[in-house]
Amino acid sequence: MSEISASNPVYRSRKRRNVVMLSVSAVALAFGLFWLAWILATLFYEGGTALVRATLYYQMTPPPGADGGLANAIAGSLLMVVVGTLIGTPIGVMAGTYLAEYGRSGWLASATRFLNDVLLSAPSIVIGLFVYSVYVARVGHFSGWAGSIALGLLVIPVVVRTTDDMLKLVPSGLREAAAALGCPPWRMILQVTYRAARTGILTGILLAVARISGETAPLLFTALNNQFWSLNMNAPVSNLPVVIFQFAMSPYQDWQRLAWGGATLITLAVLLLNIVARVMFKKTH
Amino acid sequence: MEAASTAARQTRRPEVTTRSEPMADQKVKLEVRKLDFFYGSYHALKSITMDIPERRVTAFIGPSGCGKSTLLRVFNRMYSLYPEQRAEGEVIMDGMNLLTAKQDVSLIRAKIGMVFQKPTPFPMSIYDNIAFGVRLFERLNKRDMDERVEWALRKAALWEEVKDILPQSGHSLSGGQQQRLCIARGIAVKPEILLLDEPTSALDPISTAKIEELVDELKRDFTIVIVTHNMQQAARVSDFTAYMYLGELIEYDVTDTIFIKPKMKQTEDYITGRFG
Repeated sequence: MSEISASNPVYRSRKRRNVVMLSVSAVALAFGLFWLAWILATLFYEGGTALVRATLYYQMTPPPGADGGLANAIAGSLLMVVVGTLIGTPIGVMAGTYLAEYGRSGWLASATRFLNDVLLSAPSIVIGLFVYSVYVARVGHFSGWAGSIALGLLVIPVVVRTTDDMLKLVPSGLREAAAALGCPPWRMILQVTYRAARTGILTGILLAVARISGETAPLLFTALNNQFWSLNMNAPVSNLPVVIFQFAMSPYQDWQRLAWGGATLITLAVLLLNIVARVMFKKTH
Repeated sequence: MEAASTAARQTRRPEVTTRSEPMADQKVKLEVRKLDFFYGSYHALKSITMDIPERRVTAFIGPSGCGKSTLLRVFNRMYSLYPEQRAEGEVIMDGMNLLTAKQDVSLIRAKIGMVFQKPTPFPMSIYDNIAFGVRLFERLNKRDMDERVEWALRKAALWEEVKDILPQSGHSLSGGQQQRLCIARGIAVKPEILLLDEPTSALDPISTAKIEELVDELKRDFTIVIVTHNMQQAARVSDFTAYMYLGELIEYDVTDTIFIKPKMKQTEDYITGRFG
């Protein structure tokens, strides 16, 4: 009789193991999704009503007991996230390009990659304290610039990593093909490899934006907060994470409601950015 | 069967008169002199000396790892992209040694084009794939560029298939079309020599036949060097054939001589499949 039949003991034990592993994986998945769903449900339950009130988007953060919104915090957050991204992205893309195109596996590139990974996993509060000591303490006041620099420092390692990875995915045949036409390396990078890695690099930038838009710790020591509408980058700027932090810790119910609204707003924005990044990346890969 | 395929070959390709010309009568395009090549410490080419004739097709054959692709990549200094690779000796074109450090590699590569084993269209439109190389060395107005793109695509026998879809991505084409696009890209910059590194190994027989016809057509204007694993292909398309083994040039002669009465026993064994 042939060894290959449904009663073959090796085949049966393999099948059993498959069922066991599949169940374990399914339980792990359900466990992770359960908490995520709970967090999202709580957010929408508590923050949903605040989110649909129009005053949230055009009124300033109120004193306790008064009616108000988060307009100044939303604007300040947007401003600092945009400036932080503008500071961190060019540095990150250029450093990533050096690593993938020039440094490759040399010692300088390996050292840079290692330090970048350290920076990538550094607690963001350390970045905040760093900017506090080298900038805020020197100029003597909290400011939007300090907040943007701290956020920019958080953007850099994420963008370096994704740019490096995405450029390394570009097949070397494409580089050789460009070189074979007499194309100098800088032009090959600008016109061929960047183009081939474009969506991957953009995805990395979007994920970096998503990461910094929820950061509280680095802003606590740099931008601080501002009760009023102010887009002056040389003065403290209001921002969502710090407002949420303050309002959520307060004993006032209307402040707590606003904190829930702000938290839901940030979560939705980050969720949206992640979805956009993923859809964009999927389209070309 | 045998007779039918021979007949098909003859109707497709009229008798080429250059076939029986002896090597000594050829005008030389590239002179290779005592060329040694190293991947790190691995000695991949051993004292190669040969002449590549102008406006003829020269084929390199031999088992995998014999150094035929390596030799091809020396001609356009491709190895210079990788710091651990180096060449010693001379490759002379127009009286100049291409291997010296003071040579501008970009200029060499513009004069000596290359098509790779796998089709490598750039991530841009069909039109820009061709125009990319041209723009590196020439400033053409829109009309002249259109003409050049059409010229190159016609030369590569691709024009009729893509003339209405020029703004589409080069990746939207089939494998055989992509390879002809790469050939068109290579000839659009008007090189003097075209290096083909196993250009049909990833293609189906119909695309292969098209590219072989193309090679025959292109040798009127270009000096062509082709690396191939396929001995029938070497016999069909080339005027001269070099057999290489373990980094050495074993025999180099008129293609018919190599395939009908090779001088070396080793060559004969490889040609007849008794190799190894």
